[in-house]
Amino acid sequence: MTPLAGYLLVAALLFSIGLAGALTRRNAILVLIGIELMLNAANLNLIAFWRYGPHPEALTGMMFAIFSIAVAAAEAAVGLGLVISIHRHAHTTDLDALNRMKG
Amino acid sequence: MQESISFTPQMLASPLAEILWLIPAVPIVASGLIALMKQPKRKTAAALAIGSLSFSLLLALAAFGHVVAGWSHGAAVRETVNFTWFQFGATNVDLGWVLDPLSAVMLVMVTFVGLLIFIYSTSYMAHDENFTRFFCFLSLFAGAMLGVVIANSLLLLFMCWELVGLTSYLLIGFWYQKPAAAAAAKKAFLTTRVGDVFFLLGIVWLFAQTGTLLFYNSGTGSMEAGALTTLLAQPAALGLSAAGAIGLLIFAGAAGKSGQFPLHVWLPDAMEGPTPVSALIHAATMVAAGVYLVARIYPLMHAGALAGGSTAPLTVVTWVGAFTAVFAALIAVAQNDIKRILAYSTVSQLGYMMAGLGMGGVAVGMFHLITHAFFKALLFLGAGSVIHGCHEEQDVRRMGGLRADMPLTFVTYAVGMLALCGFPIFFSGFWSKDGILEAARHWSVARTPLYMLVFGALLTAFYMTRQVGYVFFGHWRGHKPAHESPAVMTIPLAILAFFAIALGFIGTPAWPWFHAFLEGHAAGFDIHSLVEPQLLIVMATSIAVVFLGLWLGWRLYGGPAPRPGDPDVLEAVAPLPWGWLRDRLYVDEFYGITVSAFYSWWASVADWLDRRVWGGLVAGVAWAFRQWAHLNRFLDMHWVDGAFDKGCEELSTGGGLLARVQNGRVQTYLRILAFAVVALAAILFWSSRP
Repeated sequence: MTPLAGYLLVAALLFSIGLAGALTRRNAILVLIGIELMLNAANLNLIAFWRYGPHPEALTGMMFAIFSIAVAAAEAAVGLGLVISIHRHAHTTDLDALNRMKG
Repeated sequence: MQESISFTPQMLASPLAEILWLIPAVPIVASGLIALMKQPKRKTAAALAIGSLSFSLLLALAAFGHVVAGWSHGAAVRETVNFTWFQFGATNVDLGWVLDPLSAVMLVMVTFVGLLIFIYSTSYMAHDENFTRFFCFLSLFAGAMLGVVIANSLLLLFMCWELVGLTSYLLIGFWYQKPAAAAAAKKAFLTTRVGDVFFLLGIVWLFAQTGTLLFYNSGTGSMEAGALTTLLAQPAALGLSAAGAIGLLIFAGAAGKSGQFPLHVWLPDAMEGPTPVSALIHAATMVAAGVYLVARIYPLMHAGALAGGSTAPLTVVTWVGAFTAVFAALIAVAQNDIKRILAYSTVSQLGYMMAGLGMGGVAVGMFHLITHAFFKALLFLGAGSVIHGCHEEQDVRRMGGLRADMPLTFVTYAVGMLALCGFPIFFSGFWSKDGILEAARHWSVARTPLYMLVFGALLTAFYMTRQVGYVFFGHWRGHKPAHESPAVMTIPLAILAFFAIALGFIGTPAWPWFHAFLEGHAAGFDIHSLVEPQLLIVMATSIAVVFLGLWLGWRLYGGPAPRPGDPDVLEAVAPLPWGWLRDRLYVDEFYGITVSAFYSWWASVADWLDRRVWGGLVAGVAWAFRQWAHLNRFLDMHWVDGAFDKGCEELSTGGGLLARVQNGRVQTYLRILAFAVVALAAILFWSSRP
């Protein structure tokens, strides 16, 4: 097993845990946490492909990961802001209760 | 016959001729202004009408002076101002006006007589509540009539001619509350329309042949040599040339307007209008328009005549005129309404004018027109004064002895009556009527018109004496005593009476100033022509006839007239012919059983066609469309609507199904997304394997 495969397995495991959390948790904040986990699994993949790719001397993968983390931070801020706003509006963060946006 | 002087070239229209259009325009504008006024503004309305006509009179006098001045310098004036109204294709339709002796004389006559009658009307109509409307119509009439006079284009003349007819209709029916007045107005309008249809046909034909409707236009007008030659060369039906046929058609229009037999029936009925209207329109000016028209187109009527000969249109004019003269005079003998007597006398005198035109030319007819305008206006205004004084009584049998009550009216009326009878030497009617008789003596075609006109003169003297005997002599047979009219009515009478005498001396055989002026040669004083034996015979005959008529009339009606219920003197002698004459020789009844009966039959046929045939057709079509609409409705409801409804239902169901997926739960969406990604990844994975 190559080192790259190990990294990819860890990343896949991390993504699966994140996806399971996002799909099963009812609390909006926990869903957000799951999403963050999936995001970081993707970042791990980016780093791994860069490090074991054909041009490890160019810092492309690292730059991409740092950008992605910055965007994830902004996204987490917006997401938490939305959750607070929803909580103020509906007095709950239970996603099953927030089903008014249906056709 | 003296040599006629050449007419001046038309390029040199004087400034006066340029503004000639103001003469009709000012009264028409005044009429428009009066129409906008309120009823109580009587003084303003009358002042506006009289002021505008005074302006026209001054301008007409200036124009007349201009023409006389030109003539006395040896050049007969004929100044025209023409302009193009519109053009279609290569054809121009021109209008214009003309200043020549004929129009100048008529302008002065119409404005002068009109002005006197306007002034008279302010008093006669003083108590009428529609005073302003009356002056509006009068003014419009004066303008339109002056337009007829100055027109240099048959089209412009026709327009003004119809306007004159319209105002005549409006004024006859001025007291439209009276059914008789309304009926008379309709009758006048329709009867003159019969003539006008022929007139219009003549105009169209003339335009088709010559391409112009101008009378005079530097040699290219329709009354000038070039066009007349073309017209003469063009044959029409019945051996007439186109000139003759067109002349006859236009004469039909003139006969309608001038009350010539058989279109005379409207004129006596027109006396239902106010008396000033009868004087102005139905005695002095409008009815003379027909005579004026024939004088205007005289070159066309006369075209092709050999020296001393006559043409077909002129022969017809003469016979119609002479017949009308006698026919109407006969009826006038047996009438009892003061205005109706005068109306038939007008018809008869118009016949004289037509006969004079036909036999003696423009000057003879026009001279009688001018003198007649003055003395007939005088007689009508006198009759108005009598009617006014007798409290709106019009039946001569209920008058009598008025010479003491109304001395001024009596004197002036007597002057008018003697002028109409043709009392020798001192009255204008004598000279103008004598001119016609003299022309009849020279006429080459037949002698009969001379005898007819002499007989007519006898009748004229007779019926006028009868009327004056009834009205002014004998004793009073009315209810309330009569009174003299105010000065504003009698002064116009006096002025007209003066002219009824004085005008005769401008046209005597010894000094034919008027004829020379109209025909454009020098006037000479020649006392010898007065004592020419042939002429003396005619004059002596006419004098004898007039005296015979006067004597007969006086003999029968000079004494105490019968009471209203008693039969007339002549009726006692010959009741049967008297009855025929009193009933106006049954011309109206004849039209009643022919023309009117035909039209009502035709109307009922049309009505039947409308109701049964066309009405049924329309109803059938409507039924078919209704059935078609029912069919459409059925198809709509059961086929088109059904399909549409079904489609809508399916769409709605589909929408409901899809809406179930959208349950609003975020995690469900996420799950579907995850499954979809997995499925997509699986497809990619398996499909990328070799």
